[in-house]
Amino acid sequence: MEKVLMKGNEALAEAAMRAGCKCFFGYPITPQTEISAYLAKNMAKRGGVFLQAESEIAAINMVLGAAASGVRAMTSSSGPGISLKSEGVSYIAGSDLPCVIVNVQRGGPGLGGIQPSQSDYWQATRALGHGDFQMVVYAPASVQETIDMTYLAFDTADRFRMPVMILSDGLLGQMMEPVVFPQIEVKIPEKPWACCGHKNKRPHNIINSLYLQPDELENSVNERFKRYEIVKRECPAAESSFCEDAEIVVCAFGAAARIAKSAVNTAREKGIKVGLFRPQTLYPFPVELIEKACRKAKIVLSVEMNKGQMVDDIRLALNCRLPVEFFGRHGGNIPTVKEVSAQIESISERIK
Amino acid sequence: MITIDFERCKGCALCTEVCPKNIIAIQERKHNAKGYYTAECVDNEKCISCAMCGIICPDFAIKVER
Amino acid sequence: MSVVFEKPNALCDVSMHYCPGCTHGIIHRMVAEVIDETGICGNTVGICPVGCSVMAYDYFNCDMIEAPHGRAPAVATGVKRANPDTVVFTYQGDGDLAAIGTCEIVHAAARGENITVIFVNNTIYGMTGGQMAPTTIPGQITQTTPYGRDPKVQGFPLKVCEMLSEVDGVALAQRVAVDSVAHIKEAKKAIRKAFDNQICRRGFSIVEVLSTCPTNWGMTPSEAMERVRTEMIPYFPLGVYKDAVVWEDKTKG
Repeated sequence: MEKVLMKGNEALAEAAMRAGCKCFFGYPITPQTEISAYLAKNMAKRGGVFLQAESEIAAINMVLGAAASGVRAMTSSSGPGISLKSEGVSYIAGSDLPCVIVNVQRGGPGLGGIQPSQSDYWQATRALGHGDFQMVVYAPASVQETIDMTYLAFDTADRFRMPVMILSDGLLGQMMEPVVFPQIEVKIPEKPWACCGHKNKRPHNIINSLYLQPDELENSVNERFKRYEIVKRECPAAESSFCEDAEIVVCAFGAAARIAKSAVNTAREKGIKVGLFRPQTLYPFPVELIEKACRKAKIVLSVEMNKGQMVDDIRLALNCRLPVEFFGRHGGNIPTVKEVSAQIESISERIK
Repeated sequence: MITIDFERCKGCALCTEVCPKNIIAIQERKHNAKGYYTAECVDNEKCISCAMCGIICPDFAIKVER
Repeated sequence: MSVVFEKPNALCDVSMHYCPGCTHGIIHRMVAEVIDETGICGNTVGICPVGCSVMAYDYFNCDMIEAPHGRAPAVATGVKRANPDTVVFTYQGDGDLAAIGTCEIVHAAARGENITVIFVNNTIYGMTGGQMAPTTIPGQITQTTPYGRDPKVQGFPLKVCEMLSEVDGVALAQRVAVDSVAHIKEAKKAIRKAFDNQICRRGFSIVEVLSTCPTNWGMTPSEAMERVRTEMIPYFPLGVYKDAVVWEDKTKG
């Protein structure tokens, strides 16, 4: 298979088309704009739809419409735009519609900055919109993984009829790496629930998130949470390295995991028993996998590009059995290998 | 002639006002399941099937035949 | 005996939740009649708003999607772009279309989105109990303008057809009313034209229907119809504000 050098955002856009994404609706925002630009150039040529919406709110609702009519649809944005999409995402979840939402994270809150960040972890995993619902959240750490997870995101969305987020960041979106596009035959499931005209052959379909009777609403949410149980059983993914004998487990996702990996390698060379645990899904958080990775651990260090968000999930996953420390840079700053190494070495001294 | 769906009618009386023959009235003998006193045709013989009542009826409760 | 008039097939055989005398039912029926006449029920997708007509998905016999408040034109855009052969209509109230959804309606119109918009203007928020709408007439008393709408404080109403008639993507912008049988017949023709435009791919069509809200106006259905004539039509004049072909139909000669 041919290797090509591609920018993260463009690779994601290409992967989306190959994964059968028929419609893309978006609104320009740094640092995700290359996704829109790439799709604007290529989508129509390959029989798809690219449309620049008047707002993020309109874009996510166009996704709602396209998804409701039975096609694979996607939107992408960055923090401030994702906040605007939250209304639509809640309706999409409440209407059991599949779609893919990309967040190429930048620093927040507010307008924040345009440099890479991971400060939307809470937003993605906890509260992207009102009401009881979840999205599957994939966290790639390389351009290749961005591609692989894009295919996966569309399949997962269709399978569970729910929104799926790819939580990228400005670093992964802007960097170039050699990649291979997998030769997979894309299978899009039948969608008998879709609103695309009943052709006088079936009763009319209704896509809706309104249930005025409390019992009906409770039942619909319960039904959705039953699906989340399957998601929690089948979807968690993570990569562990050097965790078998690790007394210190460094936990990091996405771009931060790339830096953490170098720091762990450096520390190993110095004889420190340290491992790296990298969640690939943030919802569902890989609870069992982190438990396994921390079997010999005395302490966990979460390295993030924010003020400490995933660290909550690590503590919950480990039931506070182990001390969990945090190191992070934010505001668009990326932690250096030296900084992370210093943290590992300091912890190593303390636990001796 | 017209047929008024007893359960569908909400007694808004719009039909009684547009009928050129003044043959529709709200009856107050019996209310329907929703609790409304409904419209009724008092003299179907006089109906000219103009369908004005059906056209103004917000609840499509009126069927007009000729 | 032959049937002169009855419920159209594109409406489900259910009783609607609207208040007695509310003209939503008349407008629903006209839309359904047009769907029947043009034989498009199996190919139509309707988009419901948030507001009194939110449950229109239970009343129309075609596929139906319930949109977030004001976003129906964006949802319709998604459906139409994904499946250009479907006939897509939105059914929106004044709060939905002219307040929270102003951005979406203006830009759907500007794109010449080939959809049909039924805009129900009754100058009040009905579902939430009678608050000021973007189309509430100066002086009109509502729950949130208890002393009457004062343009110095609450500003002026939006005249949607007038505004959209200046937008290049609009094929049809027409205001009609349902206060009398004659006006209803005119309204029906306008709705038919708005669907025909879409079927012939002529561009964005909007029909604004001046409607009533007897409950929140505090009037009998008959008084409410009278208010449409005496207060609403003078402020929102009926008529065709734009009638043009935005896109030439390439599929037909």
